[in-house]
Amino acid sequence: MMSLESLHLGLTPAEVNRVRDTLGRELNEIEWSIIDAEWSEHSSYKSSKASLRLFPTKGKRVVLGPGYDAGVVDVGGDYVVTLHIESHNHPSAVDPYGGASTGIGGVLRDILSMGTKPIALVDILRFGRIERSSRSRWLFRNVVRGIADYGNCVGVPTVAGDIEFDESFERNCLVDVACVGLGRKGALILGEAKNPGDILVLVGGSTGRDGIRGATFASRNLSKTADDERSSVQVPDPFMKKLLIDALLEAAATGLIRGMKDLGGGGLSTALSEVASSGGTGVDVELDRVRRREADMPPAEIMVSESQERMLLMLDPKNSEPIIEVLRKYDVPYSVIGRVTDDGTLTIRWNGKVVASLPAEFVVKAPLIPWPSREPSPPRHAKKASAQRHDLGRAIISLLASPNITSKRWAYQQYDHEVGVRTVLKPGQHDAALLRLPNGSALAVKGDGNSAQCALDPYNGAAGCVAESCRNVVAVGGEPIAIVDHLQFGDPSDPEVYWSFRRSVQGMADYCTALKLPVVGGKVSFYNEDSASKKAIKPSPIALVVGLVKDEKHILPMGFSGEGDAVIAVGETKNEMGGSEYARLTGSLDAGSAPKVDAASDAVLYRTILKLIRGRHVSAVHDCSRGGLAVALAEMCVAGGLGARVDLRKIPSSCRRLDEVAFSESHGRFLLASKDPKAALRILRDAKLPCAVIGKVAGKSLILDSGTKRISELDVVALQKSFEESLPRLMD
Amino acid sequence: MRVAVIRFPASNCDLDAVNALREVKGLQPELVWHEDESLSGFDAVVLPGGFSFGDYLRAGAIAARSPAIARVRKMAEEGLPVLGICNGFQILVEAGLLPGALLRNSGLKFVCKWTNVTVENSETPFTRSAGRGQVLRMPIAHGEGRYYLPEAQLRTLESEHRVVFRYSDEFGNAVESANPTGTASNIAGISNKRGNVVGLMPHPERAADAVLSPQGSTDGRLVFTSLLGGGA
Repeated sequence: MMSLESLHLGLTPAEVNRVRDTLGRELNEIEWSIIDAEWSEHSSYKSSKASLRLFPTKGKRVVLGPGYDAGVVDVGGDYVVTLHIESHNHPSAVDPYGGASTGIGGVLRDILSMGTKPIALVDILRFGRIERSSRSRWLFRNVVRGIADYGNCVGVPTVAGDIEFDESFERNCLVDVACVGLGRKGALILGEAKNPGDILVLVGGSTGRDGIRGATFASRNLSKTADDERSSVQVPDPFMKKLLIDALLEAAATGLIRGMKDLGGGGLSTALSEVASSGGTGVDVELDRVRRREADMPPAEIMVSESQERMLLMLDPKNSEPIIEVLRKYDVPYSVIGRVTDDGTLTIRWNGKVVASLPAEFVVKAPLIPWPSREPSPPRHAKKASAQRHDLGRAIISLLASPNITSKRWAYQQYDHEVGVRTVLKPGQHDAALLRLPNGSALAVKGDGNSAQCALDPYNGAAGCVAESCRNVVAVGGEPIAIVDHLQFGDPSDPEVYWSFRRSVQGMADYCTALKLPVVGGKVSFYNEDSASKKAIKPSPIALVVGLVKDEKHILPMGFSGEGDAVIAVGETKNEMGGSEYARLTGSLDAGSAPKVDAASDAVLYRTILKLIRGRHVSAVHDCSRGGLAVALAEMCVAGGLGARVDLRKIPSSCRRLDEVAFSESHGRFLLASKDPKAALRILRDAKLPCAVIGKVAGKSLILDSGTKRISELDVVALQKSFEESLPRLMD
Repeated sequence: MRVAVIRFPASNCDLDAVNALREVKGLQPELVWHEDESLSGFDAVVLPGGFSFGDYLRAGAIAARSPAIARVRKMAEEGLPVLGICNGFQILVEAGLLPGALLRNSGLKFVCKWTNVTVENSETPFTRSAGRGQVLRMPIAHGEGRYYLPEAQLRTLESEHRVVFRYSDEFGNAVESANPTGTASNIAGISNKRGNVVGLMPHPERAADAVLSPQGSTDGRLVFTSLLGGGA
C-alpha cells in the first residue's frame, strides 16, 4: 500500500478514516486526490457551512441564491444580473501579478457559466502599510497591474472597489474580485448534468501542471517557504478567456447548452463531482482525452490541475454540432471527454481502464467541522484610547492623504472602466459605481469592508460593512436589492478566530434580515495567516451590495455644486472612535468601541434619503464613513471644487469633544446639500431622523467653527492636493 | 451608408462602436468577423478598440497581417473612409496604412481617463462635422498610445496637416500638462496623405451619449456624423 504522506494531502486523519469506513476499502492515489480537492476548505465550506445558514437568502427579486456558480437577481423586464465574489489571497501573496489575474479569470468564469455576460468587475484589496513596507508596495503595484492587464484585455470594465492598508495584511494580502453579469431570465444555464447520455465537452485552455492542488494550498496557512509554492498559482491567459467569453455567449444564444460548469478550485475533480451530484446523475470520463500541456502528466495531476480558462459543457450528442461550429469559429480548443450516466458514480478511465470510481454524492459532501469558539478575554475593545487632542485642521489634511482615505486614482486609472459603454458613474466620481441596464434602469454597485472595526467588534464591524455598502448605494440613488459577501479570517482551529467568524456572520445576517436584503452568494476564505509570524489577518468580512436606480434623473452629484446651498447632516454622531482612521492616525487603533449599527433606524434612513433624492430636494449626497464627518465634508469640497462654512456645534451629536464630532465613524449618517433645506428637513423630521442644517456651501475654503470660535480654515486647493497626491508619491 | 465594424479575436469595443454608429441616422453599421470573405458593398470601415489577438507580439501586430486587413487596404486605396480607434489605430500603424509607431505610455502604465482633444484638421471624413480648433471631450484607455515618428517625418506630417487630433487643455492649447501619455507633439490622431484613413487613440464611441459623459457632452458623435458629409 502506498503511503498517504507521499501524496501531500490536506485531509485530516479523521477524514481519511471516514472515507475508508464509508467506502469500505482503501483508495488509490487518484481517488485520494479527488477527495482531497473536493474536501478542501476552499471547495467544501466544511468549517463555515453551518453558520452560513443564518443568512436570509430569499426575496422577491431572488431567482437563484447561494449554492450556484453565481447568485441571480431579477432587475425587471426579463433581465437578471448575476453576482459572484472570489478571492485569490494565497496565490497573490506569492505571485501578485499571476494571482490577481487568475482571480479575475476565475470569477469571470462563474458569471459566464450561468450563460450571462460579465459586465463589470469590482475589486476589494488589502495590503500591509505601504508607507513603510516595500514588500507591500510591490504586492499592491503588481496586483493592480495583474487586474488591469487581465480585466482590460477581456473587455470587462473595472468600475469600483475598496482598498485598505493595515499591518495585519503585511504577509497575507487579500485580493477579492467580484463580477456582475447580465442576462435574460429565461436563458440561464446551470452547472448540472441532468441528462444521462449527454456528452461532456471540455472547452478552452489545455491542462498543465500550474495550479496543482491550488484548493489545498488555499486551505492551509502560508508556510515560511510560501515563495516556493508558485507552482500552485495558475498561469493567466486573458486572450483565451476573451475568446471563451465571446464563443460561449454566442454558443449559449443557440439555447443548446444543457449545462455549463467552470473549472476553478479543485479543477476537474470538483467540476465533475458537482455537476453529477447536483444533476442527480453520474459521469464516465476518459481522462486521456483531456488535452494536456505536458505529455507525462499522471491521471491524479490531471484531475486536480487548476489550469485556467477551462469550461465544462453538457451537450445533447444529437444537437452539439452548432456549438462545435461556434467553438471552431473562435479557434477555441475542445475535446469530448466523456458522458453523463445514471449510476451516480464518478467513473474515471485512463487508457480504457477504470482508475477511479467514487459515489458523486459522497465526494461533494465533506463532513462539517464544528470548531470550538471562544470570545477573546479581555474583549478587544476594553482598551482605552488616548485622551490627547490634536489640531483639527491638520488632522483633516493628514487623513485626506492617508492611504485608507486618499484618492485611489493611481489604481483605478490603470483599469479600463468605460468599456461596454455602461458606466454612468465612474471610479472616484461618487460613493458607488452606476451601470446602465438595457431595461432603462441602472445598477449601483460597491464593495466595502473595515478590518479595524471588525477586529474590535466582529458583530457590529461586519454588520457595519453591509451598512456602509448600503449607504454608498443609496447615495447614488440606488435601492439596495441584494448582497454577496466574502468572509476572510485566519486559521479556524484557533477558537478566537472561529469566534470572530461566527460573530461576523451573525452580525451580517441580523442586519440583512432586518433590511430584507437577501444574501445571494458568497465565499469564505480561512487560513489567512502565516507560520512565520503566527499572526492571523484582522477579521475581514466584505459586503458587496447592489441597488437599483429606476431613473437616471435621480442621480445627484457627490460634490457641492451650488454656492449658498445649505449643508445638512443626517444621523447622530456618537463617541465611537474605535477602529476609526483618526484613531489609526493618533496611534490608538486597537482601543475603544467600534461603531454600532441600528438596522431598524437604517431602514428608515435609506428610504428617506432615496425619497429626498427622487424628489430632488437635495443638490448633493455623500455618505459618512472612513474619516468621519469632517473628512466627508472635505471630500464634498474636493469633488465639487467649492468650499463650505460649517458650525460643528450644530451637528446632531452626543459627543463631548470636537475631535469626536469631527472624526467618529458612527453608522447611519449622510451629508446633504440643499437649495430648499426647509422641505428637506421636514421630510427628515417626519421620518424621526436626527438632522440639522450645519452650514452652507460658500467660497473656496472649508471653514469649521465651534459656535463663534474659528477651529480651522482649509483652502480647497490644499484639500485637493492632499487627497490626490499621496498615492502617486508613494507608488511612482 | 453601410459601415463595416471588423471584429478580430479579442476586439472588445466592437459592439460599443456598432451602438454609437447605429445612433446616427443614415449609418448602418454591421459587425464583420475578421475571417469573413468580403468587404464589398460597404462604404466605410471601422477597426474598433480592444486587444486583437491578445496584443501578443505587439499591439495590433498580428491583426495587421490578417486577411481582413488586406481587404481594408483595398478600401483605403479606393479612397473609402477607414477609421481605427485605439487598437484599431495600432493595427493601421502596424499595417503601414498610417506612418509611425505607438509606443508604451511614458508612465509605463495603462491610462484610462477623460481628455480634451482638439480637432486640427476638419477636412477628413471623420472630422467634417467639427470645426477646426473645436475641443472634444473623449476618454482614452490604453497602455501603448505614445505616438512616435522621426523628427523630420513628423515635420512633414505636420506640414501636410495630417495631425487630425491633438490632446489639449479645455481651451484648445496643446500644453504639456494635457499630454496623458508622453505622445509626440500631443498627437492623439493622424491621417494618411489622402486623408481618408484616420487613426486615433481616444474613444469617440464612449463619448457619444450624454449620460455616460462626466460633463454631459456627446462630442464623440461628431466623428461618426462626419461620415455623412458636412454639418453636424
